[in-house]
Amino acid sequence: MTAISERQQRAYIASQAADMRVNVELETEGMTLNIGPQHPATHGTLRIIVKLDGELVVAADPVPGYMHRGYEKLTEVRTYPQVNTLINRIDWLGSFANEVPFILAAEQLMDVEAPPRAQWIRTLLFELSRIANVTLFLGDMAVQLGAVTPVFYAFRDREYVLNLIESATGGRFHPNFDRIGGIKDDLPKGWIAETKQVMVKVNAFCDELEALLLGNEIFNVRTRGIGVIPPEVALSYGMSGANLRASGVDWDHRRDTPVGLVYDKLDWKVWTHPDGDSFARYWVRLQEVREAAKMVIQLCDGLPPGPIMAKVPRIIKVPEGEAWVATENPLGEMGYYVVSKGELVPFRVKIRSASFNNISIVPWLLRGVYVPDVITILASLYFILGDIDR
Amino acid sequence: MIRLSSTDIDNAEGAPATDELRSSLVEGLVAELHDGVVASHLVPGRDVWVRVTADAWESAGRVCRDLLGCTYFCYLSVIDWLPSPFGRSMDSSVDNVLEGVAAKDPEPMTHGVAGGESRFQLIARLYDVNRHVGVNLKVDVPDDTLTMTTWTKLFGGANWHEREAYEMFGITFAGHPSLRKLYLPGDFEGYPLRKDFPLLARMVKPWPGIVDVEAMPGVADDEGGE
Repeated sequence: MTAISERQQRAYIASQAADMRVNVELETEGMTLNIGPQHPATHGTLRIIVKLDGELVVAADPVPGYMHRGYEKLTEVRTYPQVNTLINRIDWLGSFANEVPFILAAEQLMDVEAPPRAQWIRTLLFELSRIANVTLFLGDMAVQLGAVTPVFYAFRDREYVLNLIESATGGRFHPNFDRIGGIKDDLPKGWIAETKQVMVKVNAFCDELEALLLGNEIFNVRTRGIGVIPPEVALSYGMSGANLRASGVDWDHRRDTPVGLVYDKLDWKVWTHPDGDSFARYWVRLQEVREAAKMVIQLCDGLPPGPIMAKVPRIIKVPEGEAWVATENPLGEMGYYVVSKGELVPFRVKIRSASFNNISIVPWLLRGVYVPDVITILASLYFILGDIDR
Repeated sequence: MIRLSSTDIDNAEGAPATDELRSSLVEGLVAELHDGVVASHLVPGRDVWVRVTADAWESAGRVCRDLLGCTYFCYLSVIDWLPSPFGRSMDSSVDNVLEGVAAKDPEPMTHGVAGGESRFQLIARLYDVNRHVGVNLKVDVPDDTLTMTTWTKLFGGANWHEREAYEMFGITFAGHPSLRKLYLPGDFEGYPLRKDFPLLARMVKPWPGIVDVEAMPGVADDEGGE
């Protein structure tokens, strides 16, 4: 029994290899390698089973679910404000950004609009979350290539941003600051001036990383032309965010459909890259951090006065209906499909998280790459485990 | 609430009364699928829902992708319309004080926008990244077979979403290349996201409940309440 299945397995691998015209003449033996669930290069507990032919990957099968927490079920027994606490934990590096689309969906169903000041502060914290999230990627990507220094810079400068989020919301990682109809509190005194100073540091960090990495020969050899995703494949797998823009698709929810946020009042740019490789994904994210810093400064300058909370009932019942709201989160498009039956709790919440789609392309993408590139490609796709498993 | 025609329009405040872009999507689907489109629902300036027959499910995806420009696969999921059979047992005692202890009558099964006839409904969203417009496609899953045609040939991303729907709701997708469990261990029994799957943690330990809400900033306790 075992002997037969092993033989079948080898035959399968050989046929796969033959299909792709790789390494057949050397007749290397097929091997199944298990990466993870605990592995430094997998950013959490993503397990990947790869079938190898020599150094070439002939098939890759990611096994998610080691961190599945069943949020879609749990939302069905929690009131709308309580759901907010849960969904903070989906993408834990940019927590505030998780709250916004859900709150906007609930507001859409209730026909409530947050006052302008609340919308500005929401956008401000949203972009700070993006900086806190993506700076870590910028450092971490270098670690996967063997350069340890950038990640220390990343942690250092991310700390300033986390301090800002903490002083405004009280939570470093899980702010739980957004409310249906507005936000929880106004910004503390002196926060605006401090934020502008931190943005100078963030810009300096981007310049520093650009000087360190983008011209580096090792970095270029390991990322250029590696893990190329054509735009039509990226769209068919539902990739979004910087991963999609690095494949040359010029689409950003912030610019094109800024529901409930004030991106249309700011001067900024959506960056795309035509190459679709690991380098492009890194480059686009680096520019996005710069744009985010630019936006934060404009948001600080233009912050309108006024109330931060619309009039909403103390006990929130959301009228019957269905709403879909998506925003451009640090990792890509994040959306909630909320079905309400007019009760205190949602009837059904479908959480569409960016990393789930972004990582579902891995079986397609890793076929035919070399083992060391598996690590850089995974790092360049940039996923958060909580965002895959939910 | 069942709306059966695209002319039945909810007028959202401030939104235009007509939405040519979104209605052209509905018209495009009707022109290709004819009787395959059962119902549609359009909120101008916001979103559009189209419900198709089970037979037309695959061609609906193909029409959206090839003819209507909706090439971006957003997600695919399932809605279980069965009212929760556990009634108020999932509520905390605090909630019962506020709302009254009396058990509610079992509600009839109602469907959301664009209507429905079966317990399980598949919902998928496709998006056009050039025109910035999306369409929500719904389909009734036949109650007896719980089987639907796969979309994996159309969209690579459907693979994982269908595996998730399979393990969470028990919907089978005919033609799926490897319909295995995605998150759950292989020997897991039951379909967790179905409404009749009990959430044991909640049944064992009561939840603090809805009284546990803080006052809104700048609003006195007696204001704004229901």
